[in-house]
Amino acid sequence: MSASGLDVVTPDQGAPDEELHGLAAVYRRALINVKSGNLGVLPIVLGLVFIVVFFSFKATNFFTGNNFDNIIVQMAGDAMLAFGVVFVLLLGEIDLSISYVAGIGALVVAELQLPGSGHQINGLLAMVAAVVVCALIGAAQGSIVAFVGVPSFVVTLAGFMIWQGVILQKLEQPGSIIIQDRWINYTASYYFSNIAGWLIAGIITAVYALTVLGGVLGKRRAGVAIGRPWLVAAKLVGIAGAAFGTVAISNHAQVPHGLPLAGVLVVFFLVVLTFLAKRTTFGRHVYAVGGNAEAARRAGINVPRIRILVFMISSAMAAVGGIILAANVNSVDLNFGGGTLLLNAIAAAVIGGVSLFGGRGEVRAAFLGALVIATVSNGLNTAGYATGIIYMVTGVILLFAVTLDTIARRLQVRSGR
Amino acid sequence: MNETPLLQLRNITKSFGSVQALSDVDFEVRTGEVMALVGDNGAGKSTLVKCVAGTHSADSGEILFEGEEVHIHGPKDAANLGIEVVYQDLALCDNLDVVQNMYLGRETHDWLQRLKEPIMEQKTAETLKSLAVTTINSVRQPVATLSGGQRQSVAVAKAVQWNSKLVILDEPTAALGVAQTEQVLALVRRLAEQGLAVVIISHNLHDVFETATRITVLRLGRNVGVYERARTTQEEVVHAITAGVPTKVSGIPGTAHAGATA
Repeated sequence: MSASGLDVVTPDQGAPDEELHGLAAVYRRALINVKSGNLGVLPIVLGLVFIVVFFSFKATNFFTGNNFDNIIVQMAGDAMLAFGVVFVLLLGEIDLSISYVAGIGALVVAELQLPGSGHQINGLLAMVAAVVVCALIGAAQGSIVAFVGVPSFVVTLAGFMIWQGVILQKLEQPGSIIIQDRWINYTASYYFSNIAGWLIAGIITAVYALTVLGGVLGKRRAGVAIGRPWLVAAKLVGIAGAAFGTVAISNHAQVPHGLPLAGVLVVFFLVVLTFLAKRTTFGRHVYAVGGNAEAARRAGINVPRIRILVFMISSAMAAVGGIILAANVNSVDLNFGGGTLLLNAIAAAVIGGVSLFGGRGEVRAAFLGALVIATVSNGLNTAGYATGIIYMVTGVILLFAVTLDTIARRLQVRSGR
Repeated sequence: MNETPLLQLRNITKSFGSVQALSDVDFEVRTGEVMALVGDNGAGKSTLVKCVAGTHSADSGEILFEGEEVHIHGPKDAANLGIEVVYQDLALCDNLDVVQNMYLGRETHDWLQRLKEPIMEQKTAETLKSLAVTTINSVRQPVATLSGGQRQSVAVAKAVQWNSKLVILDEPTAALGVAQTEQVLALVRRLAEQGLAVVIISHNLHDVFETATRITVLRLGRNVGVYERARTTQEEVVHAITAGVPTKVSGIPGTAHAGATA
C-alpha cells in the first residue's frame, strides 16, 4: 500500500491490493476484513451450507424439492418480521411488539375477508388495510419513543401485552377465524409454474447485474475507484446461482410443485428494503442516528421523524409477516403471535450480524438468519428430534453467532486507533 | 485586513434560570484571521459559541454577520449564513465512513432520494486534498478506524466543505497526541490562509499561541480583553483568564470599548 494518502480514490490507481493477483489478493483482503471485524456474509453462508449438508446425510427426506419448498414457506413469515427488526436494531432500539402486531395484521385481514360479516372487502384491499393499520400502530409506539423519550423496550413491551390482549379479546368468542379469501391464502400457497420460476430467476439476476453495472458506470463517470472486480463478479455468479438453483430445486417438488410465491415476496422485500437502507437518504440517516444520535441531530437530521418511520416500518413488516403466517394455516386463532415468533425474528436479525447497539448491520442479515433458523428447525424436525432439541440448538447457534460477531468487533477496535 | 468584521456580537446576554452565563459580551472575528476564545471553565465560551451556532438563543444583544444584523434560531440558520461549528465530541458517526460523515444530513441525491455516492466520494477526496489532509488512506473507511487527528481533520473538512465563511472549533486538540495536534493546528492555519474566519476555543495556550491572530478572553461570562498575539505574552493571557477585570460593567455606559485593543 502506498504511503501518501488519497491516491486510493484517484481513478486510475485502483485499490491497493489489486497489484497482487489471484489467491494472494483474495487472502490479503480476507485477512484485512477479518482483522477489521468485517466478516461479511461468508461465515453465515458457510454455516448454512454446512447445515444443509449435515441434514442431507442425517435425514433422508431433507434434501428434497418438497421439503425445500416447505422451508421457504416456513421462513417467509419470520423473515418479514426480521426485516423490520433490522431497522429497529440499526437505531439501537428494540421492538418487542412485532409478534402481536403481526397478530393484529392477521386479525384485520381475517376480519375484513370474513364472508357475511357486513364489512367484507377484496382480499388484496384487506391486506393493504392490515399493513396500514399496523403502520399506524408503529407510528403511535414510535411517537412515544421519539417525543416522550420512553425507552422502546418498555413501550413495545406494553404493546406486546396490549396487542396480545386485543387478539384474545377479539377471538375469545369465535376462537379462530378461517381465512377463505384466495388472494390472502396465495401469499403462502401459490406456486409458480416451471417457466414462470425460471423467468423470475432470470429477472432477479438481470436486475442485480444491471444495478452492479449502473454502479460501476456511475463510479467511472465520477472518476472514483471501482471496487475489486473479481469480488463483484463472484457476487453476481453467487446471486445467479442461488436464484436459478432455488428454482431448479423447487421445480422438482411434487406437491406442491414450483417456486412458492412466499419466497418471491421475501426476495422482493429484501431488495426493496436493502435499497431503502443502503441507497437512500432515509437509510443513511437511520445508520447515522444509530451510530451517534447527537451527531445526526447536529447534522440537521430530524431524529424523531427517523425513529417514528422506523417503528412504522417494523410494524408494517410485522403485518406482512403476520398475513403470510396466517395464510399458511388458513386461519387466525387465539394463540397467533405467541410461541417463538418474536424471538425467532429478533434472533434471525442478530444471527445475521445486526448489532443490538445500533448502526451496524444489513437487511440481508435478517434473510440469512431467518433461513438458518428455518433450516435448522426443519432439519431437526425431519430427522425426528423433539421441539425441545430444536429450541436448544437454535439457542446455541444464536450464542455462537453473536460470540463470533463480538470477537470480530473487538478486533476491529484494536485495529483502529 | 478587512474593515468590517465578518461576525460581530454586541452585548450578548444569556442566563439559564438564575445562572448568568453571559453578561454583555462583545466578540468579533474577521475573515482570514484565527480568533482564539479562551477562558477558564464556566467562563461562557461554549455558551457564546452555542448562541452563534443556533443551539441556544441569546436573551438579549445583537449578532451582526457581514455587517448586517441576523437572527439565528437554529443550526440550519447558522449553516445558511455559512457558520459551521466543529464540536469537542466531534459529531462524527463512528459507524459511517468518511464520505458518509462529510455529507451527513446534506447528502447529494436525486428526486427518488437515491444517494449519488460517486459524486460525494469524488468531492470528499477533493476537499481533503485542498486542505492537504493526506494521512487518510481511503475515504471509504469507517471513521471508527481513524486516529484522533484524522477524525478531527474529517470533522474540520466537513465543516469547511459547504462554502462556509466562519468555522468555529471547540477544543480541537483536546484528546490528541503531540504529532496529531500539530497536524490539526496546521490545518487550522490553512483555513485562515484560505480566507475563512476561524474561531478556536481552547484551554491550551500553546495551541492558541501557535495559531491565533488575536485572543479574546472571557471570565465569569464577561469580557476581559482582546489581545493581539504578536503583542502579548502567555503570562499576560493567563493572568487575564484567572484574575482579569471585566472591561465593561452592565448598565454603566462608557465602559463598552475599553478593552486592551480596539
